[in-house]
Amino acid sequence: MKNIIDINVYQLLAAYIFIVILLLIVRKRGIKREKEIVISSIRMTLQLITMGFVLVYIINNPNPLFTLLILIFMEIFSIYNIYKRSKVELNFKIKKVVAISMVIGSLLSLLYFLFVIIRISPWYDPRYFIPIAGMLIGNSMTGVALGVNRLVDDIKKRKDEIEMALMLGATPKMAVKEIIDNTFDSAILPTINSMVGMGIVFLPGMMTGQILSGTSPLTAIKYQIAIMLGILGCVAITVIMFLQLGYKTYFNEEAQLIID
Amino acid sequence: MFKIVELKYKNILDIDYLEIQGNKITCIVGESGSGKTTLLKLLNKLISPDKGEIYFKGRALKDWDTIEIRRKVTMLPQNPIIFNGNIRDNLLIGLKFSEKPLVKDEKLKEILELVSLKKELDESAQNLSGGEKQRLAIGRILLLDSDVYLLDEPTSALDEGTEEKVMKAVIEYIKRKNKMLVVVTHSKKIASNFSERVVEIFDGKVKL
Repeated sequence: MKNIIDINVYQLLAAYIFIVILLLIVRKRGIKREKEIVISSIRMTLQLITMGFVLVYIINNPNPLFTLLILIFMEIFSIYNIYKRSKVELNFKIKKVVAISMVIGSLLSLLYFLFVIIRISPWYDPRYFIPIAGMLIGNSMTGVALGVNRLVDDIKKRKDEIEMALMLGATPKMAVKEIIDNTFDSAILPTINSMVGMGIVFLPGMMTGQILSGTSPLTAIKYQIAIMLGILGCVAITVIMFLQLGYKTYFNEEAQLIID
Repeated sequence: MFKIVELKYKNILDIDYLEIQGNKITCIVGESGSGKTTLLKLLNKLISPDKGEIYFKGRALKDWDTIEIRRKVTMLPQNPIIFNGNIRDNLLIGLKFSEKPLVKDEKLKEILELVSLKKELDESAQNLSGGEKQRLAIGRILLLDSDVYLLDEPTSALDEGTEEKVMKAVIEYIKRKNKMLVVVTHSKKIASNFSERVVEIFDGKVKL
């Protein structure tokens, strides 16, 4: 099989023509987005270049410590990103729950994926560990971020309904059941929807990358199927864990609703 | 059945001593903002006092299991929430929440008649008027067969004629079943016609 064509610097620079086109369009139309477009292009470029060098070094010098450091960095970044993306101010208790469910939920899925499904060896092999951890953690981050916004919002908005249920003798769990179910549903829906279009118009990134680098498309789809299932499972576990622990922060031990 | 001793809640309520007997219909009256609703919420353990103690059947409320006490002492808020679904769903939801056995349609129809709500069980509950929703909510809690009922302005959305009729039927029902009733109201008529004891709250204190 032919090796992948390497892109030289000039070829890569030629790709920036797409950004130039976009800048021309927004300037002509007076849409004030130039700054964001330039900044995000530069950020993307710098982050990826840095990541490229880091990955080259780590893949050439496999070391359990590096793999773990990257994993910890990803977890911290994703948790921080959820806090930042939240539209409402989160209290300490909810933040703690976000961190716990992100770490435990994504680690469980990751360990299962790497050691039961793919069975990598050595256990810290960065070629597998890092990209797969990135995909699982990244998707869980999106799911939990959706869940946080919806849960915090709904509990405030539907306070009277929850209290009505409590007055009728409901446990806190019963009183918020509908809210939890709806939130879970809306948090995993994007992942489910993305599975539907897969392979028809849209060839997912990981699969495209593998095919470009010369892997047989049949192997590539096997990876893609496995990772899609892994992502769905990981999102579901982190989100449900967040919701189950999260709603409890709104009740005290006397089963009273507390919204501060 | 309730005994309140040296109770303080924020700067809303400050009650030295109050006893509410189980076998009498008690009306709580007072200006709006005087703390009547807060008092009911405390009795329902929806909130807890900052200081002092409330006793129910001789046992401090804080020693009761919260869910258990709410299933014995049912509170009807001033603006009861009607849940999605039809009238039947809304009548049954209280039984579901309190994990009591569900009842047959005949029983539900009986209750609707008692609160003067002439509607079919399959009708959507969202389309009911304010007064109809209020009566539906009264019907819902009567089904629960609780020991104590705490009603917060239960007839505020009803016209005078209906108010009188519904209150009379509810009180008869509660007396017949040997339950305790505490009603917060600012209707002088209800207070004078139905109550056997009137407690007046003024600025968070019991007026003697």
